[in-house]
Amino acid sequence: MSFGKRTSMSEYIQEQIILILSNHDNVGTALRECKTGDQIDQQDMSIRVKQKIRFAHKVAIKDITAGDSIIKYGEEIGIANQDIESGEWVHVHNCDSNRGRGDLEAET
Amino acid sequence: MSINFGGYRRPDDTVGVRNHVGVIPVSVSVSSVASKIADDAGSFAKATPHQISGNQPKAARQQTERVLTGIGKNPNFGAVLIVSLGTEAVDVQKIGGGIAQTGKAVEIISLIDEGGTKPTLVRGSKLVGELNEEIAGLTRQQVDIQELIVGVECGGSDATSGIAANPAVGNACDRLIESGGTACFSETPEFIGAEHILAKRSVSQSVANRILEKVDQRERMGGLMGVDLRGAQPTPGNQEGGLTTIEEKSLGAISKGGTKPIEDIVDYGEQLSKGGGLILMDTPGYDVESVVAKVAGGAQIIVFTTGRGSTTGNPVAPVIKVTGNPQTYEKMANNMDIDASGILKGESLSSVGEQIFNKIVQISNGMPTEAERRGLEEFAINEIQQNELR
Repeated sequence: MSFGKRTSMSEYIQEQIILILSNHDNVGTALRECKTGDQIDQQDMSIRVKQKIRFAHKVAIKDITAGDSIIKYGEEIGIANQDIESGEWVHVHNCDSNRGRGDLEAET
Repeated sequence: MSINFGGYRRPDDTVGVRNHVGVIPVSVSVSSVASKIADDAGSFAKATPHQISGNQPKAARQQTERVLTGIGKNPNFGAVLIVSLGTEAVDVQKIGGGIAQTGKAVEIISLIDEGGTKPTLVRGSKLVGELNEEIAGLTRQQVDIQELIVGVECGGSDATSGIAANPAVGNACDRLIESGGTACFSETPEFIGAEHILAKRSVSQSVANRILEKVDQRERMGGLMGVDLRGAQPTPGNQEGGLTTIEEKSLGAISKGGTKPIEDIVDYGEQLSKGGGLILMDTPGYDVESVVAKVAGGAQIIVFTTGRGSTTGNPVAPVIKVTGNPQTYEKMANNMDIDASGILKGESLSSVGEQIFNKIVQISNGMPTEAERRGLEEFAINEIQQNELR
């Protein structure tokens, strides 16, 4: 893994940009806004950012399959409602809560 | 290697990190008198003024008695003066007797018996002076950190709380428990959405069941108040800040307790046991009442996280303030003890957790917190409301 290099496509960033709270996590938290195409190489992970990630928002640090758990703090914070690629933003559009789901209970 | 601090050993073998004389009013009627007695006596005397009436219904009164007894028993108080009006339904002798079980000196005065406010101030002042003489000669002895019970609290949270200050304080709690100490966190409304995770982390099925029951009770109180505690969570503002689900929001809140197994859940102000590991307490979310409950449970130190800022202190236990928001740290430096914002720039949780743990040891050794330096001593007791009584 190379640090601090620049390429024509994107900027290599060497400081800690994505906070990973537990080593079981498949999402990290952006410590500053990340742009599409940013290559982020840290000791604990390496991703290319696929869409804008705002400060304190989450980014997938691994490929996640629809139906898989979204893990932060080493715990399940929700379920992926679609396939999510590493580097994609993870938020209400692709991650569903498991709590208070009267709609799901009604279907069964 | 064992970690020590210098504390005040009490007759019941508990250890105080401060050596104060407590001045405890049993009702709002004597709160001002208690404050005046303590203020006139000097910084060794600490009053615990509150707004509770002397004539509460039974269940509410029992909670008040439990809290006042626990506050008096807290080892940071070496001796206690109890002040009553003389007409309260609350059982003053029972409170005094409960505190005296620790072996510390306890005096009780009644304003009516003394003949009104002026003689009460004179007699109170004399008694507080005498009580101080009994404990002023005590010196700090080196004791193991397993004597410490640390209460963890948060107030004025923001987007940095769940990713910086809270997990860093959680790391310090893990270190404390690994060294044999006890940590306690509370604020049951914040468990909603993560109670299944807390239940899963419990040491037994019965603890898990009690956690679920307490959370369910708090949720029903929301119904009694006509508010929805669970619906529409996380709020649009939370979502804007990056929080996706209620599980995530609650996990951010409970991360301040660390990652150890949950050994027990106790009621508001109930005694916490030394060497008890990680214990939950069932309290409301109002920070001052929640801090007081843990101090009544025996916590000698409080660690308090904030994002937007907070000034909360306590008359009995030092309150260590931690913020992960760099602007808050800068703007409120004279209220903050720990800057956890390094986490946002790449500093490890473990490194900030170690700083917080070291600060807990320093404060236990007698270093004043910023809240202590500024005389911030908020105190309030949760009052069980009529419609909560079943």
